[in-house]
Amino acid sequence: MQLILKMILQRLGLGLFTLFVVSVIIFSAVELLPGDLAQEILGQSATPETVAAFRHELGLDKPAIVRYMEWLGGAATGDFGKSLANGREIAELIGTRLANTLLLAAYAAVIAIPLAVGLGLLAALYRNTWFDRSINIFTLSSISFPEFFVAYILILWLSVHAGVFPSIANINESTPLWDRLIRMFLPALTLTLVVTAHMMRMTRAAIINLLAAPYIEMARLKGLPPRVVILKHALPNALAPIINVIALNMAYLITGVVVVEVVFVYPGLGQLLVDSVSKRDITVVQACCLIFAVVYILFNLIADVLSIATNPRLLHKK
Amino acid sequence: MTIGSFALYGLGLIVVLTIAAWIVKRVAVVVAPSDYAYILKTAPLTAWFGMVVIFIYVMLAVLAPVFAPFSETAIVASEYEPWGAPYYLGTDSLGRDMLSRLIFAARNTVGIAFLTTLLAFFLGGAMGLLASTLGGWIDQIFSRAVDVLMAIPQLIFALLLLTIVGTNVVNLILVIAVLDSTRVYRLSRAVAMNVVVMDYVEAAKLRGEGLGWLIRREILPNITAPLIAEFGLRFCFVFLTISALSFLGLGIQPPTADWGSMVRDNATLITFGDPTPLMPAAAIALLTVAVNFVVDWMLHRSSGLKD
Amino acid sequence: MADTDEILLSIRGLKIEGRSEEVWSEIVHGVDLDLHRGEVLGLIGESGAGKSTIGLAAMGFTRDGCRISGGTVTFDGIELTRSSVRTRRALRGKRIAYVAQSAAASFNPAHRLIDQCTESAVHHHVMSRSEAEHDAIDLFRRIQLPDPEDIGFRYPHQVSGGQLQRAMTAMAMSCRPDLIIFDEPTTALDVTTQIEVLAAIRDAVEQFGTAAIYITHDLAVVAQMADRILVLLKGDPVEEADTRTMLAEPQEEYTKSLWAVRSFKRPEKPLAPPEETPVVSVDHVTAAYGTLTVLHDVSFDIHRGRTVAVVGESGSGKSTAARCITGLLPPTEGTILFNGEELAADYRKRSWDHLRQIQMIYQMADTALNPKQRIRDIVGRPIEFYLGLKGKKKEERIRALLDQIELEPDDFIDRLPAELSGGQKQRIGIARALAAEPEFIICDEVTSALDQLVAEGILKLLAKLQDDFNLAYMFITHDLATVKAIADEVVVMKEGKVVEAGPKSEMFRPPHHAYTDLLLSSVPEMDPDWLDNLLKEREEAGVKIESAGN
Repeated sequence: MQLILKMILQRLGLGLFTLFVVSVIIFSAVELLPGDLAQEILGQSATPETVAAFRHELGLDKPAIVRYMEWLGGAATGDFGKSLANGREIAELIGTRLANTLLLAAYAAVIAIPLAVGLGLLAALYRNTWFDRSINIFTLSSISFPEFFVAYILILWLSVHAGVFPSIANINESTPLWDRLIRMFLPALTLTLVVTAHMMRMTRAAIINLLAAPYIEMARLKGLPPRVVILKHALPNALAPIINVIALNMAYLITGVVVVEVVFVYPGLGQLLVDSVSKRDITVVQACCLIFAVVYILFNLIADVLSIATNPRLLHKK
Repeated sequence: MTIGSFALYGLGLIVVLTIAAWIVKRVAVVVAPSDYAYILKTAPLTAWFGMVVIFIYVMLAVLAPVFAPFSETAIVASEYEPWGAPYYLGTDSLGRDMLSRLIFAARNTVGIAFLTTLLAFFLGGAMGLLASTLGGWIDQIFSRAVDVLMAIPQLIFALLLLTIVGTNVVNLILVIAVLDSTRVYRLSRAVAMNVVVMDYVEAAKLRGEGLGWLIRREILPNITAPLIAEFGLRFCFVFLTISALSFLGLGIQPPTADWGSMVRDNATLITFGDPTPLMPAAAIALLTVAVNFVVDWMLHRSSGLKD
Repeated sequence: MADTDEILLSIRGLKIEGRSEEVWSEIVHGVDLDLHRGEVLGLIGESGAGKSTIGLAAMGFTRDGCRISGGTVTFDGIELTRSSVRTRRALRGKRIAYVAQSAAASFNPAHRLIDQCTESAVHHHVMSRSEAEHDAIDLFRRIQLPDPEDIGFRYPHQVSGGQLQRAMTAMAMSCRPDLIIFDEPTTALDVTTQIEVLAAIRDAVEQFGTAAIYITHDLAVVAQMADRILVLLKGDPVEEADTRTMLAEPQEEYTKSLWAVRSFKRPEKPLAPPEETPVVSVDHVTAAYGTLTVLHDVSFDIHRGRTVAVVGESGSGKSTAARCITGLLPPTEGTILFNGEELAADYRKRSWDHLRQIQMIYQMADTALNPKQRIRDIVGRPIEFYLGLKGKKKEERIRALLDQIELEPDDFIDRLPAELSGGQKQRIGIARALAAEPEFIICDEVTSALDQLVAEGILKLLAKLQDDFNLAYMFITHDLATVKAIADEVVVMKEGKVVEAGPKSEMFRPPHHAYTDLLLSSVPEMDPDWLDNLLKEREEAGVKIESAGN
């Protein structure tokens, strides 16, 4: 147990370090901006005096390291500064949008994970049958489709044609939960289709990779039926790769929402990011990137820790 | 153009392509020299489907001006003309011919994605090979740097970088290539590692062979199969990323014809039940599926069980 | 020692096909065998003989990519090839059990030993879970596992290889099957560990009167275990007889050649005069991987024209010593001398001439030859690289080398490694080493991956080349038979230290160092009574078997 704790602590430390480096990268990205930020915002007509005043207001006259510390300290307490485009507090802009994005991702995850793992196990159990082959073609196609293609097909079919779900997921704080779930169904379904395929393929591959192992042959030679062989003997050993691919796809969900949010005009963080990029609203882009990166790193960290915790060789040390 | 007939056209196209794939397979098996005939014979129909589609796309891209009835950017009619001669697929939001733009976009979108993938491959592949062959601190530095770069989600990182450098084609290619080279690095390092530990590489090292010989003669020939498959996968990924960025209005800029931005520009039609804007999206999907089918077959051939 | 004359298993005209690249080809061509209740049948043959495939077919099982294409397998009146999946599944584990070659790989790492040992009994409703647990502990005790009460509650990676192999025998016994298939159960083990496993298996089989098919490539092992022996060659039966008869009077040429393999012995050369400078001298070398020291103050010399065999079990440091000599692992202390001259510790700092003088032949010929290079390039490269020969001269040299390793140049020069047999690949490895015209060659377990007949050919070739070119060999091996065949001097290693060293004739004559003695006495002999005698001897001498294992 000592060892496993040590390994987990190591991973946590590494995760923290990665976060630190990533924040430095995101921060210094702005430093690399060609030309002067204040000049760029105010335009060529601004007098040197106004530019200097604005620089002071933005804090650009302080050394980079001081600004980094201030920025990071602010971010840690939820204060990301002001938008360059409209001067509003970024924290205010982000507020409910972050919650909306997380809700959408969670919605998709709740459908996608059980579906993907279940189908993956079935495909492994019935490998090389027509079921497995058609699932293979289906998943291969759906990971090949751009998200907006899937999204518009669903809109065309389920919204415009059948009229079952709304094509625009416009929710706000006062929308009741049930109504929210209905409005969010199409974006969630789009995300589900995209991530399920990948997770399912990886689950199947993780299981099938193990089927050549001598201990699987041993289990079959004990007279165990295929169902037991896969669930009891293959699955526990395939947990680490499956957990990893789930975490990877969860992280992907968080970032993959960008396109989907734009298609469905969903008031999430992704849409804010895209808008800010086209306006070159650097401070907002920074804040969004930092949040996305933190979530992404967190998921990978959780996956790392879980795959250590499910490895019997590490759990039960000699 | 209703949804029903659109779906029917789509299905028809897939059936025609599948039949074409089947015929090509028969012909290829007869025509090909015996060494290859065996490999071709065992290729599944999906792989043939992929190869036929890729071939058609390449032809379209190369001969775009020959096939396209109108020019790429000319406004030829009023906006949103319905399907019918001479605008077989109607016109777009500015009154440009849809079909012509679809064909020119094959050249632009696929070409840019291909270039980007190529660049990512040279960058990532070279670094991966160096890291695995030299080992030691070079490997450590490269690997840790890649770890950090990969800790930021790729699309988000691309958005951040594009905000800074601005959106134009050269920047797009460079940014995506650099970001994607991290994945190529990981894979090429991993497959090269499997070869570096082989006794024949040790024997060559002990003989006193230089780095160039080790990489070119001992390692590369033994990892070409997985690298080619990876090239296909990376191409799909880059292609989808660039399309997504263009769709968001942050990738290939107007007036260049490009599938992603064509969907974006004409998306309003969808709410009126007109599926025309889905055609460029379908064009992206079809090519990606085709490449994936071929890659799937190659991976199956080389290892059998990889995803 | 059959209890009755009742036939338990009867195989008639068994044909099995294997698939490679979508083409089916026959790998077992019609085998007949009968097994009586309580009888142990030894299946013996070289690789590719089809012994494992036949063993599995006796359970009505074929691996993926194989299929039974003809014949019958009748177990206690049930014809397995025609019975339903359900019927066969009901027999497996319950009435026919299997013991695999590698216990470490055949136990599921995710479950405790006891869970896996009771699984069959509980699944087939032979016992309740708690009964099965008690029974398993009882079996562990009978099979002389240490801590029988507790060992079952450990995970496979917490138990040593030899103990796992015994636990697997207990697992097979859990339903008291009528038949157990033992598929090379001791091949992956060190010789000193092998003894205890052999003893445990034999005791268990005798106690319960279980019939068994014992599959192995090792004649001496099968002589200890089997009542009757069936010799196989490339999927065909060659000869079948009672064990003692078979050992004493083999009838077929192939069987005789198998029996004769161990007779090759090259006469030992006298020690080099003490004033002669050794070609290679390992001088007080200590080496470590990271913080783990794996070689402790090792010294030995190798003289021109002599073969020094470095012997030891896995983990003894014999291969590490070779890595120090080649410069792949710079020692932390001590030096390597070549003709009295100190070599740079790291191979990257050595001169081309030093690199040329020390060549290596590897254990796995498969990984030692670049699969994408033709023989011409593999053998030609050192000639070009070191001797600067090009074009026609290089070609002549390659052909001369192929002649020396007894491969027809016209036939082989343009082949790829994949188009060679195991023995031929190893010969190309030798040619590549010779091409550099070295004075010293390290042979790292060069014969251990080969069948005995092929291995003998390689040993003879090496001996001939040594005489032709006055080469010095360092011969790393775990196999004492190989040592007897080719060594002039022997260095015995254990846990990174040299335990004993000297001329071969002295080493094989008592008195020995205790470990050398254990090593020597553990090598199975062709005498069917060898195991009994040895166990009795050790019991009298008070040597605990267990101490040998771990």
